[in-house]
Amino acid sequence: MAQAAAKHGHDHGHDHGHHDPQELKLLGFWFFLISDVILFSVLFATFIVLRDNTAGGPILSELIKMPGVIAETFILLTSSFTSGLAVLAMNQGKVKQLISWLAVTAVLGAAFIALEVTEFVEMIHEGFSYTTSAASGAFFTLVGTHGLHVSLGLIWMIGLMFQLKKRGITDVTRGKINVISLYWHFLDVVWIFLLSIVYLMGVM
Amino acid sequence: MAEHNSHDSHAHEQHGSLKSYVIGFILSIVLTIIPLVVVLNDMMGRTGTMVVILVTAALQFVVQLFFFMHIRETGKPRWNVMALIFGLLIMMTIVIGSIWIMLNNVVAH
Amino acid sequence: MLERLKEFASEFFVTGDPLIYGADVAIGITMITIVAVLTYFKKWGWLWRNWLTTVDHKKIGIMYIIASIIMLFRGGVDALMMRLQLAMPNMDFLHPEHYNQVFTTHGTIMILFMAMPFMFGLFNVIVPLQIGARDVAFPFLNALSFWLFFLGAMLFNLSFVIGGSPDAGWLSYPPLSELSHSPGVGQNFYIWGIQISGIGSLATGINFLVTIIKMRAPGMKWMKMPMFTWSVFSTCIIILFAFPILTVTLALLFLDRFGGAHFFTLDMGGNPMMYINLIWMWGHPEVYIVVLPAFGVFSEIVSTFSKKKLFGYKSMVFAMLIISFLSFFTWAHHFFTMGSGADVNAFFAVTTMLIAIPTGVKIFNWLFTMYRGRIRMATPMLWTIAFIPCFIVGGMTGVLLSVAPADFQFHNSYFLIAHFHQVLIGGVVFGYFAGLYYWWPKMFGFQLEEKLGKWAFWTWNIGFYVCFMPQYAVGLMGMTRRLSTYGWDTGWWELNFVSTIGAFLMGVGFLFQVAQIADGIRKYKTLKASGDPWDGRTLEWSIPSPAPEYNFAITPRGDDIDEWWEEKERRAKGIYPPEQPLEPIHMPKNSAIPFIMSVFWFIAGFGFVFGWLWMAILGLAGVGICMIARSFSYDTDYYIPVDEIKRTEASLRGSV
Repeated sequence: MAQAAAKHGHDHGHDHGHHDPQELKLLGFWFFLISDVILFSVLFATFIVLRDNTAGGPILSELIKMPGVIAETFILLTSSFTSGLAVLAMNQGKVKQLISWLAVTAVLGAAFIALEVTEFVEMIHEGFSYTTSAASGAFFTLVGTHGLHVSLGLIWMIGLMFQLKKRGITDVTRGKINVISLYWHFLDVVWIFLLSIVYLMGVM
Repeated sequence: MAEHNSHDSHAHEQHGSLKSYVIGFILSIVLTIIPLVVVLNDMMGRTGTMVVILVTAALQFVVQLFFFMHIRETGKPRWNVMALIFGLLIMMTIVIGSIWIMLNNVVAH
Repeated sequence: MLERLKEFASEFFVTGDPLIYGADVAIGITMITIVAVLTYFKKWGWLWRNWLTTVDHKKIGIMYIIASIIMLFRGGVDALMMRLQLAMPNMDFLHPEHYNQVFTTHGTIMILFMAMPFMFGLFNVIVPLQIGARDVAFPFLNALSFWLFFLGAMLFNLSFVIGGSPDAGWLSYPPLSELSHSPGVGQNFYIWGIQISGIGSLATGINFLVTIIKMRAPGMKWMKMPMFTWSVFSTCIIILFAFPILTVTLALLFLDRFGGAHFFTLDMGGNPMMYINLIWMWGHPEVYIVVLPAFGVFSEIVSTFSKKKLFGYKSMVFAMLIISFLSFFTWAHHFFTMGSGADVNAFFAVTTMLIAIPTGVKIFNWLFTMYRGRIRMATPMLWTIAFIPCFIVGGMTGVLLSVAPADFQFHNSYFLIAHFHQVLIGGVVFGYFAGLYYWWPKMFGFQLEEKLGKWAFWTWNIGFYVCFMPQYAVGLMGMTRRLSTYGWDTGWWELNFVSTIGAFLMGVGFLFQVAQIADGIRKYKTLKASGDPWDGRTLEWSIPSPAPEYNFAITPRGDDIDEWWEEKERRAKGIYPPEQPLEPIHMPKNSAIPFIMSVFWFIAGFGFVFGWLWMAILGLAGVGICMIARSFSYDTDYYIPVDEIKRTEASLRGSV
């Protein structure tokens, strides 16, 4: 707080009052992620409250196929790790490695989505669809919102990979990669809770 | 100005070594496997299982915060930490508050 | 073919009501006039460059305020129509279905499309100036917030003439708002209008949090910040955590209506009470969102017009932060009567009573500030002084309502209506009016005349009490809210009649304000204001009125509370700040993307409203393309050269 202001006060002649825009963006994005935590909280609360309202239809616990879920979990976790490797490469100035690790992350993310879509389609075939009951709707909305976040992240990541190819590692692209890597880690954290509350508590 | 910025970004560079990411990755794997094993092998009663699930999830969250999201970084005061704590508090309020209130508002289902 | 077109048109356009046909004509004429005037005076380029693509917080603030005043007019007309209908028993002015639409749009517009934008307008115009900054942290996002609000509001307002207004109340409770009980498109307009502008609100919350945290002038520590800025900070904390709740809740309702889901339906396991629980989890923090900035305005005005430092600065700050925090723990008091049980009710009754305490602290501090001050009764101070007794009474009736068992008597009666209007009008509206009068000269460079201002003030205030005090009584006599008519035998008509007179008095007050503004614009050359027309205390008064594009030629320091006052005292003693060399000023470029992206959101929303998936997908694709375009745009800034700064400063300060 005061330090930031004081720092600028001492930096007379240095773009007085000019603040590092990347620092601002990272803080702003952090706040946005917190608002996203609240968003997921509401979806979690709705899922928990409505999870037993199955209206005589199929029950989630009977339809969960854990092998797929476990695969999704480790794929996403690994992609979170590889996004960290991408940031490491960036900090070492290695743009080609950065782009490669981002590509690996994106591929893993796409695999996650593919598995999740398959999971959903199978459930729908078994009569557990979005419109079946309050419980089923809550499941698909909660898990699906996470999947939507991942999908949008993939598009964003691809866009950044193009920008990196064109412009290399600059202050601006560095800032963008920091932001998206934060986003990606956040999505893995949300998945931890999805796994725990939806799937593990579902089959226990 | 360019000097100013790269000075800042040098400060940010300090965080994240390969070691910390690998440790974080391994810890996360372990903290994922534990609840999986407990649940899939029906090793504990209902309450015990729930505790294991929630505790390992919370721990993995903290691991990722420290090892992946570098929450120890950035100078004081730590706005992101404060916002996160408040956010978690509101999250608990929303979830626990809803569960509590809706206990008395159950519909036929 | 023609038959199908006619059938479509009869469903698409709202038919059968002369009022609405009149509105159709008025809208058409207005749009044609605007296009004609812009074309004749060749102002399209000016409009595009100066307003549609601006990222300047000062201009964005003005646009927010203009929009909110227009919405105040529409919401006010809604109110007058309701009061006309209720003036006598068995009136036939508004049929029940229309009455439902009117109270729904009245509430939705006043809170979401009048109070929120008015508030964001004041944030925008003042906060960067008060902290000595040149703009907000994210100017592009700021512009996007405004256009999202504007297009969201347009979408909502369109329902009046196209498709039909929503009619399930301003919070749209299921199952009434579900497809089963509201098969028309009105509810969809409600959901999408609010969703789109809600994204803008969340973005503004984030923007001002980062701005206040990171962009304060050198030396301006937290406990030296102006109180209005503190109020904005406290408010944005609430916005950050509350708005996602609204987004999800409305999305779930829409999924019920559009996707066949069963979150809140009466069948298949849905639970309408969960909606009520969630919507009030947002709804209660929301009312603190709108009132805290009003408190901030009052703090500024009380100290400026008492020529005295604000009493109890620290306790004022903590009071607001505590209110921000506690506001998330009181929501169930809005549905005490809906079966949550005694322990739930007891908990929330206590938290509700607790939250009255910090507000009380603030009121005492305002009074202690005025004590032994040299009070000047200019218009902003009049509104401030009127607010104090009004809000105290409104707040006290809130404490009455917080007693859960008693609330079983009060809930959804006119007692409740009187309470919330008293705190909303006496607190929020009076506060924002006071802020508008206070900062008007800074925004526009001329002052508004006191005489018409006093007429407006007195008619508004007398009108308010005449309108709402009888409503407390008639509520206790058993009159419930959302009642479109009542019989002679109820014994309610005299109080209702008086209440209607009060409502029209407030309408007259609004007309006086419009006249005051119009008159001021006409005579603005004679009313020109200096940079510091009120002998102010904070940094916004240290620059010319209106402020130059870059706000401060030299970034000021903010070492003291009431820094500008301290600076004036120093200058009076002959102590001037050292000459500092000018440097080129870094500014953000205009951008068309906020406007265009918001138009695409409007298109998407419109498609979703009518269930035209092709249009919805087109709109969303447009939004996506805009976001990608923004991600790929790197040429977003420029520098104002030093000689241009010199010229601007010379011309602004020379003429004052």
